[in-house]
Amino acid sequence: MLDTLVIPLLKIVVLLNAILISVTFMVLMERKVIAWAQSRLGPMRVGPYGVLQAIVDPIKLILKEDITPVKADKMLFSLAPILSLVPALVAFAVVPFGGDELFYVADINVGLLFFLSVTSIGVYGIILAGWASNSKYPLLASLRASAQLISYEIAVTMTLVSVILTSGTLSMVGIVEAQLADGVWYGFIQPVAFVLVMIGALAETNRVPFDLPEAETELTGGFHTEYSGMRFSLFFLAEYANIIVISAVTALLFFGGWLRPFPNVEALAFLDIIPGWIWLFGKIFLFLYLFMWIRATLPRYRYDQLMRIGWKLLIPIALANIVVTGIVKVLV
Amino acid sequence: MAEALAFYTLSILILGLGVAVITTPKTVHSVVFLVLNFLCVAALYVVLQAEFLAVIQILVYAGGIVVLYLFVVMLVNLKRQPEEHQDPRRLAKVGLVLSGAVLVELAAIVVYSYGREPSSVSAPSPAFPVQGNIEELGWLLYTDYLIPFEVASVLLLVAMVGAIILARREL
Repeated sequence: MLDTLVIPLLKIVVLLNAILISVTFMVLMERKVIAWAQSRLGPMRVGPYGVLQAIVDPIKLILKEDITPVKADKMLFSLAPILSLVPALVAFAVVPFGGDELFYVADINVGLLFFLSVTSIGVYGIILAGWASNSKYPLLASLRASAQLISYEIAVTMTLVSVILTSGTLSMVGIVEAQLADGVWYGFIQPVAFVLVMIGALAETNRVPFDLPEAETELTGGFHTEYSGMRFSLFFLAEYANIIVISAVTALLFFGGWLRPFPNVEALAFLDIIPGWIWLFGKIFLFLYLFMWIRATLPRYRYDQLMRIGWKLLIPIALANIVVTGIVKVLV
Repeated sequence: MAEALAFYTLSILILGLGVAVITTPKTVHSVVFLVLNFLCVAALYVVLQAEFLAVIQILVYAGGIVVLYLFVVMLVNLKRQPEEHQDPRRLAKVGLVLSGAVLVELAAIVVYSYGREPSSVSAPSPAFPVQGNIEELGWLLYTDYLIPFEVASVLLLVAMVGAIILARREL
């Protein structure tokens, strides 16, 4: 009873709260990073250097009036934000924050596939939000979004096949342990896969330069134009939770998860003083910063460029990568 | 006990959602019910300890194919109510024959499997050189079921080539 129910539930409660709190501070961090990139100060009013902005913003969003358009499809309009947030949170179930059983909710033997399948459910939130609003621009945005998310999902899934071939397992803990056994982070033996997954991650989370579903200059906002108050912020919670989970998975697959740098070099063993979960958090933080850095740097792609990158560039390279990985695996 | 409870709850959900799919007037709503139905089927696979099948069910059907359904349903004009058929029961006879055939088939399967020894269902699994759910599945696919597996992939390839030719008449 204690082991099968109480402890996993406690872990889930801690994890969910940690995610939600880190999302609010991530929004602040993003505003600060972009401000610094543009030689501005960013939020400065609330608290020292605007730190308390992260607490004030959610309160404002909760207190705001929640409007449902008269002509909207009531059921799907309320369902859509939930459908986009829940998969993002569920995906954390298979993310291990350390090798010990204390640090993960579940280590199933199809962990990576579970992550892919659960995140693929999140697209319904965006599509249904656009359709249920019964409004032109959200519908256009959600059509764009569905095409984009499906295309890049194929590319990412195919890319991850080569990582699975390298590690020989689908379990998240297993993949990190395989990196320990091989003595090298897979980012070094699968650099192509890493770059493809990073591009795919940007597209899957609707981030710049692939943020066409929320291109405000063309679509007056995007698929969430008709949403307000807390429902609107649920979409943003989902987007940021997705960014965190995909950063965590990239760190686990390519950057050794909770392993220290160069896990095979004995001379660096003193680095083991730092616990594994801090290494992982540091790596996740670096990826989060990378996402923000890219947002501050790159312009948005056109829709046809987006599709061309997905289908004519990423997918062929991913396929070639699988073949090369297979040949190397057979020969070595 | 817990397994039986989960099985019956999920069965009721699956049947109920299936009925909802074909009775809901709005097409988009029925697609949403279809997604929920597929998710419940995936949960049923988990109860049967077929995690790989469950995850593939979500990835391929719920996450891929139904998204395309929704894509198409949203593109066609659904504001217009479908015209009433002249005779709503014009296909009743065909439907009766078809559903009767399915019923007979299901009954035959139940009768056939009822008489068999339970031991033949859960036969001792052959000795695998690999460990784990997915590994054993992969081993079987590439040894005993290699030809069905390859034929299935050729079938998918044919469907894909056909779709491309239909979409682009002049190549």
